[in-house]
Amino acid sequence: MLVTTLKKESLKQDIQPSNGLTMKTPGFQHDPDLMIRINDVNFYYGETQALKNINMILPEKKITSFIGPSGCGKSTLLRCLNRMNDLVEGTRMEGDILIGGMNTNDPALDVSELRKNIGMVFQKFNPFPKTIFENIAYGPRIHGMKDKKKLTEIVEKSLKSVALWDEVKDRLNSTALALSGGQQQRLCIARAIAVEPEVLLMDEPCSALDPIATTRIEELMVELKEHYTIVIVTHNMQQAARVADLTGFLLLGELVEFGPTEKLFTNPSVPKTEDYITGRFG
Amino acid sequence: MSRHAIHLEKAIDELKRLILHLGIDVEESVKIAVQSLTERKLEQAKQVIDADYEIDQREVFVEEECLKILALHQPVANDLRLIIAILKINNDLERIGDLSVNIAERALYLSDKAKVALPFDLQNMAEKVRTMLRQSLDALVNRDGNLARQVCEADDAVDDLNREMYSCVEQAIKNDPDNLNSYIQLLSASRYLERIADHATNIAEDVIYLITGEIIRHGSKSDDTVF
Repeated sequence: MLVTTLKKESLKQDIQPSNGLTMKTPGFQHDPDLMIRINDVNFYYGETQALKNINMILPEKKITSFIGPSGCGKSTLLRCLNRMNDLVEGTRMEGDILIGGMNTNDPALDVSELRKNIGMVFQKFNPFPKTIFENIAYGPRIHGMKDKKKLTEIVEKSLKSVALWDEVKDRLNSTALALSGGQQQRLCIARAIAVEPEVLLMDEPCSALDPIATTRIEELMVELKEHYTIVIVTHNMQQAARVADLTGFLLLGELVEFGPTEKLFTNPSVPKTEDYITGRFG
Repeated sequence: MSRHAIHLEKAIDELKRLILHLGIDVEESVKIAVQSLTERKLEQAKQVIDADYEIDQREVFVEEECLKILALHQPVANDLRLIIAILKINNDLERIGDLSVNIAERALYLSDKAKVALPFDLQNMAEKVRTMLRQSLDALVNRDGNLARQVCEADDAVDDLNREMYSCVEQAIKNDPDNLNSYIQLLSASRYLERIADHATNIAEDVIYLITGEIIRHGSKSDDTVF
């Protein structure tokens, strides 16, 4: 059940910045300091604790990857960032996740606004059964964009951002489902960035793609980090090593090690990390 | 342990065996080369020169194995550092093999020349160098960082000995110019020993990298900061 209490008006008053900066959406300033702070986060599925006292800071405009064996809590942690776990009944989160100073765990927060600012791309590419144009225009439209010319501009800009424009510009009104897997995933990324989020969450975005499509997505991620803070969950450790600036290793709900990817993959500090990344267990 | 890790572990075990085998052969080569020089044993000098082909072939084989592991297993962390260290140590060992050949060639030249007297104990210098080489390989086998650092520190003493040898040869040539070529050959041998000590130091530095992940060469320290 979606736990959303809409208190937009009161919230806006609470968070109105004193320095005169314009607010893009509740809680988000146009401020380069958009690091994500995860403070003492515990997460429960019913009685089962899935995350244990997670503390980390994800710097803005960097790619952070979460790695770890199945069931370690990495996807749960990712979904905490945009409160996707609210959709799972019987779940509970303790602690704070602050994005640009805004507490995303605030029950008063407008979750749909939060998710507009934190886009998400999933393992299985999931374009809407609509045209390519409509897939991209859908997000801006439900957020109130009606101007056809502006929508067209957004569609073009978003598709160009994911290097899909040249491939689909002559068939924008064809169904998105006819695209190849790699194209569909890039379309989903374009759809996520069409609403101009600050953060992009990616849950195993390449696991259903061939190596060539995977490379394109990875190149795209590196390009996109110029504008977005990206958090990725991946089972492919080589992918984490290739694209991520920082990597966190989770095991049984605990954050075992977190630091620069280069350090983690050449000289990890914790023996458990070494064992996992070298395949000594798991 | 995953299947992938089992395969990688087997490949690494084989690689360790190969590099140690090469290390033992190179150590032996240095020992015989020095003996051939100090004891004027012609046969031994030839033996060192002939054995170098085998060392070169082994060096190529070890490198191919390292490249295979990198391509097939994409090792990380400790495994990655080990492969990189072995790749570099392999190169140093091959160079030490070449330097042994150079010493043996000096021995061949001197074998039919009149024995010259030098107030310098080349045998003692050779012993120090061989100890450094042996300790650097022991440090690799036992992952002994302290021993590796000891090897690095010992290099200065060998450098000093080489300078001392230079002064001795300089003086000897002035006193006995007829045997100039023989003195120069001995000076070259000292220089080759000093180079072997440098390669042993490189091996020790690679062992320290393997253990700590820290590159200590040229007093450098890697920087982890990304933002």
